[in-house]
Amino acid sequence: VDFVTGLRCRECARPYPAEALHVCDYCFGPLEVVYDYDALRATVTRAQIAAGPQTIWRYAPLLPVADVAPIDLGTGCTPLVRADRLAAELGLGELWIKNDTANPTGSFKDRVVSVALTKARQLGFKVAACASTGNLANSVAAHAARAGMLSIVFIPHDLEVAKVVTTAVYGGYVVSVEGTYDDVNRLCAELTSEHPSWAFVNVNIRTYYAEGSKTLAFEVAEQLGWQAPDHVVVPVASGSQLVKVARGFNELYEVGLLDEAPHVRVSGAQAAGCAPVATAFAENADAIRPVRPHTIAKSLAIGNPADGWYALQTVRDSGGAFAAVTDPEIIDGIRLLARTEGIFAETAGGVTIATLAKLAAEGVVRSDERVVAYVTGHGLKTVEALAGTVGPTTTIAPTLEAFSAAVDLDVAPGRSRS
Amino acid sequence: VSVTVRIPAQLRPLSGGAREAAVSGSTVGEVLKALDAAHPGFHDRLYDVRFLQGLDTSVADGQTLSIVPAVAGG
Repeated sequence: VDFVTGLRCRECARPYPAEALHVCDYCFGPLEVVYDYDALRATVTRAQIAAGPQTIWRYAPLLPVADVAPIDLGTGCTPLVRADRLAAELGLGELWIKNDTANPTGSFKDRVVSVALTKARQLGFKVAACASTGNLANSVAAHAARAGMLSIVFIPHDLEVAKVVTTAVYGGYVVSVEGTYDDVNRLCAELTSEHPSWAFVNVNIRTYYAEGSKTLAFEVAEQLGWQAPDHVVVPVASGSQLVKVARGFNELYEVGLLDEAPHVRVSGAQAAGCAPVATAFAENADAIRPVRPHTIAKSLAIGNPADGWYALQTVRDSGGAFAAVTDPEIIDGIRLLARTEGIFAETAGGVTIATLAKLAAEGVVRSDERVVAYVTGHGLKTVEALAGTVGPTTTIAPTLEAFSAAVDLDVAPGRSRS
Repeated sequence: VSVTVRIPAQLRPLSGGAREAAVSGSTVGEVLKALDAAHPGFHDRLYDVRFLQGLDTSVADGQTLSIVPAVAGG
């Protein structure tokens, strides 16, 4: 049994049944899942969660679908690691990295897809689809394979090789679209009207899909001993993840799993080459102007973000901030995290770390705060970004003489100039 | 000029279930006005035109205009 009472339009509050609906028929606002919080408060306990599986499904009562055997590859319960060496470099105090590169397909998307496809299967869908910047396609193809569903995923044509290969290997349809992600997204929104029997996880199933990101907050709170952090830094593409992380902490309090009302400052990370929300924040604007993306952070390259406005509101209301970082800063961010903490993030993770560095330098993220930075995708997905930046320190003949001549451990390792 | 408007599932009750409507107008604004005249109700539902020159964007004869809910992706 789930605790969902229905769906509701975020804008006009019109109620809808818990079906494959994502847009209010009347005002075109996004629909949200409504839970019976009274029943949840009377039911869920920390002990019950602790006794659950080592996956996101330990939080099943707080997710929009109940299923004794969810479509799961073992997603969630990823490491929350104390990052003292990185904190020292940035002049911060208590810093943690939520290492979501450790999910089955290497990104946080497994959280939203596991929830979305489990719900889709319950609703009777047999085809899993999505519009993706890469990570989502990867996850949808894998989960569909696991569930025996047909998958058809849509990606922009210029994605990283690893993201295409790690998607295509699962054997579904991979449709490479000559256009930007926003073009792909628009096409998928149109296809949803033409193929209502397909579960587009981030279109007609999006209401449920988005709820999976709440587990990023649930896990952090549980891993911190059922406490909320003071400040989180979250990457922003559509903005959905940031909104749901903030929502997740508040929801834990609403159902009695946190003792104190959380006051989490939420800051958003964007690439300068695709920063529609960060720009609106910087200009104190009320409208988000769509942009045409030009950034190595392809997984964040959404120029027309569906939840941009809500992400902006969430950040403003929480006392957080936005920053936008350049491609060289993204590379530096990836290398800084790798060098200090042994975690290899994809470009979106570089955006998060570079934003954290920038906001720390500006005094927005403070040394007296307990800070969590969300690193949501694995570096092996975007190795192209580092081509020409890192490589062998030196290349030598297999002799002691050659080694002695080439390597001096008193000199910091760099890349061979050859 | 005559254009085809593609209607999303959410709005098809307004068009009697039709997926497309043929209307005339030389800008996006005129086309939507003509659509509302043919199928009353569209004007109340549509307001956010992103990209290009918004409602003043001109349309050419034979073009297709798609109405797409912006709640997708990510």
